Parts: sequence; structure tokens; C-alpha cells
Amino acid sequence: MTHPTERFALPARLLHWLMAVLILAMLFVGVGMVSTASQRYPELLSWHRPIGITILALALIRLAFRLTHAAPPLPSDLPVLQAAVAKASHYILYGLMIAMPLIGWGMLSAGGFPIVLWKGVQLFPILPHDVLLYGWLRYAHGLLGYAFFLLILGHLCAALFHGLIRRDGVFQSMAG
Amino acid sequence: MPPSRPVRNPLPLMILIAAIAGAIALIFAWAAGLIGTARVSGISIANALQNNTGKIFPGFRRAHTKGLCVTGYFEANGAGVPYSRAALFPVGRSSVIGRFSTAGGVPTAPDGRNVFRGLGLRFALRDGEEWRMAIDHTPIFVVSNPADFQAFQIASKPDPATKKPDPAKIKAFLAAHPETQRFMDFMKSAPLPSSFANGTYYSINAFRFTNPNGQTRAVRWQFIPETPFATLDKATLDRLPPDFLFDDLLARIGKGPLKWHMVVVFANPGDPTNNATIPWTGPHRQVDVGTLVLDQAPTEEAGSCRDYTFDPLVLPKGVSGSDDPLLAARSATYAASFRRRAIEGPHPDAITLQQQRGGQQ
Repeated sequence: MTHPTERFALPARLLHWLMAVLILAMLFVGVGMVSTASQRYPELLSWHRPIGITILALALIRLAFRLTHAAPPLPSDLPVLQAAVAKASHYILYGLMIAMPLIGWGMLSAGGFPIVLWKGVQLFPILPHDVLLYGWLRYAHGLLGYAFFLLILGHLCAALFHGLIRRDGVFQSMAG
Repeated sequence: MPPSRPVRNPLPLMILIAAIAGAIALIFAWAAGLIGTARVSGISIANALQNNTGKIFPGFRRAHTKGLCVTGYFEANGAGVPYSRAALFPVGRSSVIGRFSTAGGVPTAPDGRNVFRGLGLRFALRDGEEWRMAIDHTPIFVVSNPADFQAFQIASKPDPATKKPDPAKIKAFLAAHPETQRFMDFMKSAPLPSSFANGTYYSINAFRFTNPNGQTRAVRWQFIPETPFATLDKATLDRLPPDFLFDDLLARIGKGPLKWHMVVVFANPGDPTNNATIPWTGPHRQVDVGTLVLDQAPTEEAGSCRDYTFDPLVLPKGVSGSDDPLLAARSATYAASFRRRAIEGPHPDAITLQQQRGGQQ
């Protein structure tokens, strides 16, 4: 049996771990801020927008890098179903990394809010002011946030499964 | 390094992995407020407001539900420039969308029932920033913090049979909250403006102004009408037509622009900035920074006042919130209300419906 001994390229590994921290922080900030009417609400909200835009920018760089640099192949003995799940889940992870900030930006546009990154620095709206559109985008943003979190948990479990149980080099290709 | 062979007995490691994932999920659930002590949130306050109306009015704000859109502009006189970097203050005009409203969650409530009035304002600043306000016609607020606001709403829930709050619950709340009793006494004794047009509207909360030199000052502000004050006989409130305030506003604005002076009040040393139930008494430095002119009352069509929140923490550079805990709660609650009414779909407001009905007759 063959094992992938090669690793992801350094930029891919750096982007992965940096974005892992940012996205997890973002998900915690997101659910935390709507859970409170205390001073933490505006504080967390003021972090949510600039981190979201940072994630969008990093995700686009990462997508471009991924499209031009092949990932190490999965182990050849990996069951077909597991390989398919691995592939599909990575498509969805990339999709959410890009979609979530865009939905956030779009929903603030549709809600007629100024999109303030920090005081005095605003983004332009990307959608027309439409309150019903805001309603649905805001709903999707919350729902997909929870979906994103569950997917990341699954991703973590799969990584640990590769690293601790299968010990097939997949975990090391990103962590090593 | 060549990978090692798969482990022989994976069960303990599988349990370890599940435990790690479970622990992270638990922390996440705690962060989201799904487990642990119940938090006061925009959601819980919006729930309390919504429960008090007895039913949901889809597409309507959960508070200050009955309202009318107005538009106009703010003409700055330049006097605010030394105190705040806000682009509202240099001499010149900024456009304004506003909304006059009465308190309460029922869009067709008679105006005589709700003696608490508000004005939402959205200033489009010349540098592209926004400044939003939700100002009220009382200088003080009914409670000082979000938890008390929620508890007060719950205590005020009307009994389905009598349609009135349980007097015992109100009494118990007032006994524990002398500041709310003070507000009630104020409402009883203060003369009630006869119109939206001749009332003074107050920022309620304290804010901070920062000037170009980086100096920061605590402020409150008020919009003082040019329309001469007249008072309403509170004994007649029940007999007045259901929309008398809004009809009066439409009639007045049809005759000519309505004007208010924005007067900034600077805190004296020792004035509390974290408690909206305490007025700043005695002499204060006040600066008139410009004139609000409201000259149109368009119906609530898309792009007008209905589709905005008047979140008092949407602030331009040069202005920031104070340590008043109500500010964050207003911001969070307006957002929760906006989320709900947005997905329910926009509905024409009660006044517009009334006008349309009137037009058909």
C-alpha cells in the first residue's frame, strides 16, 4: 500500500492554520454577539466585520493557490466513500469560506446599513436596499454559520481519525 | 517520515476524538448562550416586547410600531466643529430620513393611549458616513439597564382577560425600582406636547464627542422645536381621534417645514453617563449646532424610513457611545426586531393604510 509522504506547500499550510483560527474565532464571535444585549454586543460586532472581510480576502488567495497547486493525493487504500466525503466536504468548506463573508456583506447592503470596517472606513454596498432580501440573507447567514461549525467539527474528527487511527500521513500533510 | 501502521484497537482513540469534538461543541453552545445561565439579549428583549402585544404583527417593528416617515435635511451652523470631528457639523446640509412614532407594539393603537413618543433620524453625512438616532420626548428613560427593561416589559404584560397589566406586578416592580417610579411621576406631572411638531426630543443616553485634537467630552443632546409649545389636556386623551397625532403632523408638514435646533449639552464633572434615568440638572454648557428641517412626509415606501433601524450606535467618526448599558441593548434589540420583520416581509404602515382607506371613501 502507498502513503502520501508529500505535504501541502508552505503557503497552503500557513493559510490553512491562520484561517482555521480566524474562522473559528469568527463563528464564536458570531453566536456570542447575538446571545447578549450587553456591551459585548457592539464590541464583538465591531470585530465581526473586519475579520469577515479578512477571511474573504484570504479565502480568495487560498482558492487561487489551491487551483494552481495540487494537493497531496489521498492514500490509495482509502475507501471510496471516505474519499468522496473528503472531496465533497472540502468543496463545501471552500464554498462557505467565500460565501459567508459575501452573505454578510450582502445582507448589510440589503438591510441599508453602513458597512463599517472601522470608524471612518466603510465598504460599498454590493446589493440594493431590500428589506425582504435582508431578511432571507440574515437567516441564511445564521443557519450556514451553524452548518459551517458542524462541518469544521467533522473536518477535525476526520483529521484526528487520519492522524491517530489510520496514521496514513494525511494529518501530517497539513500539520507536519 | 514514513507513516506508521494503523492502530490495532481504535476504540479508545475514537472515544478520545469524540470527547474532543464534544468538548468544542459544548464550548460553542455556551458561547451561543444555548447552555448556561439565560442571557438578556436582543432576542429575549424582542420576545418580551412581542409577547406584550398578544399577537405578532408581521412586518412591523416590535416597539414604536406605529409611525410615520418624514424627510428633510440638517443645516449645520459650524458650531459643533470644535467638539466633534463628525462630518455632520461643518457648515452645510446633510439629508435626513426620519420617523415619528408612538411607543407600544400595536400598529393601530390609538394615539391617546401611548403618551411616549419617539423620533428616529438617519443622517446621511457628506463624507458618506451615517449617523442614526432614536430620540424620545422625555429627557430620561424608564429603566437604567437591559435586564430591568426586560423585567419591566414582562411585569407589564397585559392580562388576556382584562387587557391591562397586573397591578400587583407593576407595583412590585416599582417598589424595587425607584428610578422607574420617578419616571412615572415625571410622565404624570410633565406637560404633554400637543403635537409631534412642538415636542423636544432627547438623546436619552449619553454619548462621547471627540474633536480633531483628540479631546473627548461626554454629551447628551436635544432637538428643540421652533414650533411654539402647546400642551395637551391629559384628561381628554381617551376622547381624541385614534390618529390625531399623525393627522396633525401631516397637516402641519403640508403647510410648511417643521424645524428643530440640535442643542448639544456638555456634561458637568460628576454627571452620570451610564444611567439614562438620571437627568443632568443645573446649568450646563449648551451649544446649538444646527437646524433639523423636516419638510416632507412620504408614505412608507421602500427606501424610506420603514426599511431602516434607528440604531443609536450607528455613529460617524467623532461620536461614540458612552458607558450607558442601554445603548448596546437598544442596538441589539432593534437588530433582533429588524431581523424578524424583514423576513416577515415589509407591510405598509397603519397610517398609510388609513390614508388609502380615506382616499377610497
